[in-house]
Amino acid sequence: MAKFTRGFTGRGRARDARLPPGQYDTGTQWPVLTAEATPTLATDTWTFAIEGEVEVETTWTWDQIHALPGSTYEGDIHCVTTWSKLGMTFRGVSVDTLLDIARPRPEATHVLAVSHTGYTTNLPLADVRDHKAWVVWEADGEPLPRDHGGPARLLVPHLYFWKSAKWVAGLRVLDHDEPGFWEQNGYHDRGDPWLEQRYQGD
Amino acid sequence: MPENVPENEPEVLPGRGSAPTGGWQTARVLSLTDETPRAKTIRLALEVPTRQLAGQHYVVRLTAPDGYTASRSYSVASAPDGSGEIELTVERLDDGEVSTFLHEVVEPGDELEVRGPIGGWFVWPGEGRALLVGGGSGVVPLAAMLRHARALGRPDLVHLVVSVRTPHDLYYRDELLGDGVTVVYTREAPPGSARAPGRLRVDDLAPFVMPDATAFVCGGTSFCNAATDLLASAGVGVDRIRVERFGPTG
Repeated sequence: MAKFTRGFTGRGRARDARLPPGQYDTGTQWPVLTAEATPTLATDTWTFAIEGEVEVETTWTWDQIHALPGSTYEGDIHCVTTWSKLGMTFRGVSVDTLLDIARPRPEATHVLAVSHTGYTTNLPLADVRDHKAWVVWEADGEPLPRDHGGPARLLVPHLYFWKSAKWVAGLRVLDHDEPGFWEQNGYHDRGDPWLEQRYQGD
Repeated sequence: MPENVPENEPEVLPGRGSAPTGGWQTARVLSLTDETPRAKTIRLALEVPTRQLAGQHYVVRLTAPDGYTASRSYSVASAPDGSGEIELTVERLDDGEVSTFLHEVVEPGDELEVRGPIGGWFVWPGEGRALLVGGGSGVVPLAAMLRHARALGRPDLVHLVVSVRTPHDLYYRDELLGDGVTVVYTREAPPGSARAPGRLRVDDLAPFVMPDATAFVCGGTSFCNAATDLLASAGVGVDRIRVERFGPTG
């Protein structure tokens, strides 16, 4: 138990049960936190690929991925910088649908999500399976804005939001764990907001 | 700070994973200094001194008697100097739970829980040329880089372009009005300024663009988007631009 801070009582003590520890509700705002110039990606040349330890390496174009059965996430997102945004709706395709086509080999244990900008983030395969992850192109009924990763980003809402790679280009399916960008820069390997896995060692 | 970053890192900067990272510790507040009516610099003595890289940040965590916590990240403004002391500059946000506490309640002698340094991307290691472009409170990590360059006796390695609304909004005024710094005023310029007030333009940046420099851009989202577009127009490749966006965290 941390020692308390002189004079601090905290605000908003009717705390929303949807907020993980140490998070606050950003309300209607959706902060943008990105460490690079925002790219402009044309949907007519956009692709999403699953490669590596799979039976069928597969690449989808914008039209092909939209032709797959759609899927919606309704719920909350949590950024490691301590904001959460509650009650969002994202629309896209379930990663399950994509992996069912590519078929990970039995030795597959992890994925490395890769962005069109080159950004990477790693996830256990189990964290993108069983209705836990999406590739999304619509947020709250509107096309996903560029600043938020449009035209399409990964969405893994049960983990801190740096795992939801913006401008996602694909998943590299691996038989081992391979730290992604922030994971090599001091952030936690898995990033469960309910366990406050923010930084290495948490 | 997350979310995304690029893969094509300039060779002149340290590779991934090379930045120091520290755990939770208690820091003692040494002093509080007003930078502007809305920004204070808090000088802290660290229990566990860790030499940071210019551009890294610390997390400050406040804990209420019932265990409720609130934490926010603040960039280090001071240069890495091995003193075991750091300065954080905190902008007061009206609805900011942490920033209003730091502005209104904290006094010298108080203890604060902090964690850091953190961040291995938006850092300048003290070598290689850098063009620093900051908007408003986004100047804080860039000031650490400028101060580091000056302390190393290599002020020629960096140039800072800082955009503020009025002369009253400029942090670290005494240090920033001088060589190696260009101040752009968007609403109100000091009397006698050659440049009329107005938003950052490509010709504010172009004289300082060098082919081998890394650009560090820090500020609010719209400032960062505008500045990165201007840098691209001035010929800076996107793989040489590093961005830190300050969201409305409080």
